[in-house]
Amino acid sequence: MALWTYVTARWQSLLMDSYLHASAVVQATLLAAVIGVGLGVAVYRSPVGSAVATALTSAILTIPSFALLGLLLPVLGLGVPPTMVALVLYALLPIVRNTVVGLNGIDPAVVDAARGIGMGRLRVLTGVELRLAWPAILTGMRVSTQLLMGIAAIAAYVKGPGLGNLIFSGLSRVGSANAVDLALVGTVGVIVIALLLDGGYVLVGRLTTPRGIRD
Amino acid sequence: MTDQAVDIQLENVTKRYPGGRQAAVEDFSMSIAAGEIVVFVGPSGCGKTTTMKMINRLIEPSSGRITIGGTDALSLDADELRRGIGYAIQQAGLFPHLTVGQNIGLVPGLQGWAKAKTASRVEEMLELVGLDAGEFRDRFPRQLSGGQQQRVGVARALAADPPVLLMDEPFGAVDPITRGNLQDELLSLQSELHKTIVFVTHDFDEAVKLGDRIAVLGPKSSILQFDTPEAILAAPANDTVAGFVGAGASLKQLTLLRVRDIELDETETATIDERPADVRARLTAKNRKYALVLDNRRRPKRWVHLRDLNDGALSTVGRPVNDQVTRQSTVQDALEAILTEGGSVPVVGTRGEYVGAVGIDTVMETVRKLREEHDHG
Repeated sequence: MALWTYVTARWQSLLMDSYLHASAVVQATLLAAVIGVGLGVAVYRSPVGSAVATALTSAILTIPSFALLGLLLPVLGLGVPPTMVALVLYALLPIVRNTVVGLNGIDPAVVDAARGIGMGRLRVLTGVELRLAWPAILTGMRVSTQLLMGIAAIAAYVKGPGLGNLIFSGLSRVGSANAVDLALVGTVGVIVIALLLDGGYVLVGRLTTPRGIRD
Repeated sequence: MTDQAVDIQLENVTKRYPGGRQAAVEDFSMSIAAGEIVVFVGPSGCGKTTTMKMINRLIEPSSGRITIGGTDALSLDADELRRGIGYAIQQAGLFPHLTVGQNIGLVPGLQGWAKAKTASRVEEMLELVGLDAGEFRDRFPRQLSGGQQQRVGVARALAADPPVLLMDEPFGAVDPITRGNLQDELLSLQSELHKTIVFVTHDFDEAVKLGDRIAVLGPKSSILQFDTPEAILAAPANDTVAGFVGAGASLKQLTLLRVRDIELDETETATIDERPADVRARLTAKNRKYALVLDNRRRPKRWVHLRDLNDGALSTVGRPVNDQVTRQSTVQDALEAILTEGGSVPVVGTRGEYVGAVGIDTVMETVRKLREEHDHG
C-alpha cells in the first residue's frame, strides 16, 4: 500500500512536523490563557466590561484565518511570528468567556465570607476565585486547543510550522503521485494530535481540580 | 490576641452610596456592651446588614466613628481588622475547594499560627460545635448537610478566638428544627465564651430567643426601639414595632420566663397506698375538689376528683398524669401542658419528684404583672 510506504519512508520528518504542530498549538494556548485569564479577571466585575471583552474576542473569531494570516504577513513577515499571533488571537475567545463565566458563577456568599474573615483582594482572587473558576477556565483552554489544531494547519500558508505543510503541498500538486497521500497524512496527523492533546486535558483536569469541587 | 470581650461603639455612623439620593444608613449610634448579644431585627432592605458590615468594614462608612474595645476601627488595616472579628453568614459561605479542617484553620493560618497549633485548634472547634473531628475534618463542604455546614461556619468564625462575632442570618437557610438546635447551641456556646455578638435576622422570634438586647430597625437603619426582649414584647415603642413583634406577643413573653421564676401553686397530694376515704375526708375538710396522687418516691401519677373517691384503690381511679414540667421549663411549655392536662400541671424536680403545680390562673396573673411592670417602669 502506497500510503503506508510513504509514512514509513518519511517517518522522521512526519514526526518532526507533528511535534512542531502540537508545540505551536500548546504554546499559543498557554500564552492565550495568560492573556485571556488576565483579561477576564480585569473585566468580570463589570457587566459592560465583560460584554465588550467577549464581543471583541468573538469578533476576532469571525475573521477567516486565511484573511488574518494575510493581514499579518506584511507586518510580521513569514514563518513563526504571524502563526503564533494568529493562533493566540483565535484562542482568546473561549478562554476569556469561560474565565468571566467561571468567576461570575462563584457563590457571592463565598467571596463575602473570604473578605469577611480577612483575606485581602489578591488572596481572595488567587486562593478562592481562580481556584473555583479553574475547571471552567480549563474547559475554555481545551476548546481553544481543538480550535487551534485546524487553524494551525492553515498557517502553512505563511510558511508556519507543522502538518499544514504536508496538506498544502499535497493540495498544490493534485494529480501527481503522492499528492492525495500527503494531504491525507497531514489531515490524519492533525486529528491524532488533537485526540492526544484532548486526552492530556482530561488528565490535567483530574490532577489540578480541587477534590471538593470535582464532579 | 484577646480573650477578653470588648465593647463596640458606633457614633453617628452614616453610609451614603455614590449617586444614591438617600443614605442607606443614617446617623446610627449604638453602644454595645462587652459580652452581650445584640440582635438587629427589621424588614429586608432596612439597612441592618449594611450597618453590621460597617463594623468589620466590608462596607466603609461614609462618616461617623466606630470603636471596638476602644480602638478606632477605621485606623486599622481593613484585612487586619477583619481577622480579629469572627464572621458567620447565611449558607455558611464555606470554601467548597477546601476541607472542613482547612476552612476552619484559615483565619489562624492568616494570623500566622504554627501548623500544629492550628491543627489542634481545628479539632477543638469541631468538638465545640458538636462535630466529631475524626469524621468531619477531611470532608468537603458539599458532603455536609445544611445544619452541619452552618456549624462549620460558626466554628470557622470562632477559630482564631476573636472577641467580637458578627453573624448575618447564619441560621436562615436551614429547616426550623435544625435552626432551633443551632440557636440553643449558640446560646450554650455563648455562656462559655462571652463574646460580643452582633446578630442580624429578620425573624423576630429568633431575636427574642437569642438577644440580650434587640434593636428593632426601620428605614435607613433608624433605631425604632433598643431594649431587652421582655421590654419590647411587653411595651412596643410604637405601632411599627408592635407590627413587627406580631401576633402572640404575650405567648412569646412566656417563652422568656421559666417556671422557677413564678410562684408555684400548692395542690392537695395523696400517696398511692392511702385509703380513698381518708383522702376524701381531707379534701372535704379543705374544701378542695382535686388531689394529685404520688407514688412512693413522690412522683406524680394520677389526678383524682372528689367523686372518684369511693371504693377503688387510688392506683386505679381518676385519670393518669400525662404531662409534667420542670423548674427549667418555660412558662409557655407549662401553659401548653396545662391545656392538655386541664387546669393545672405538676412541676417536678430533678428526680421526678413533686415540687408544686402551675395553674391557669397563675399564668394569667404572671402575664398581667409583666404588662404592669413595663408600662410603669
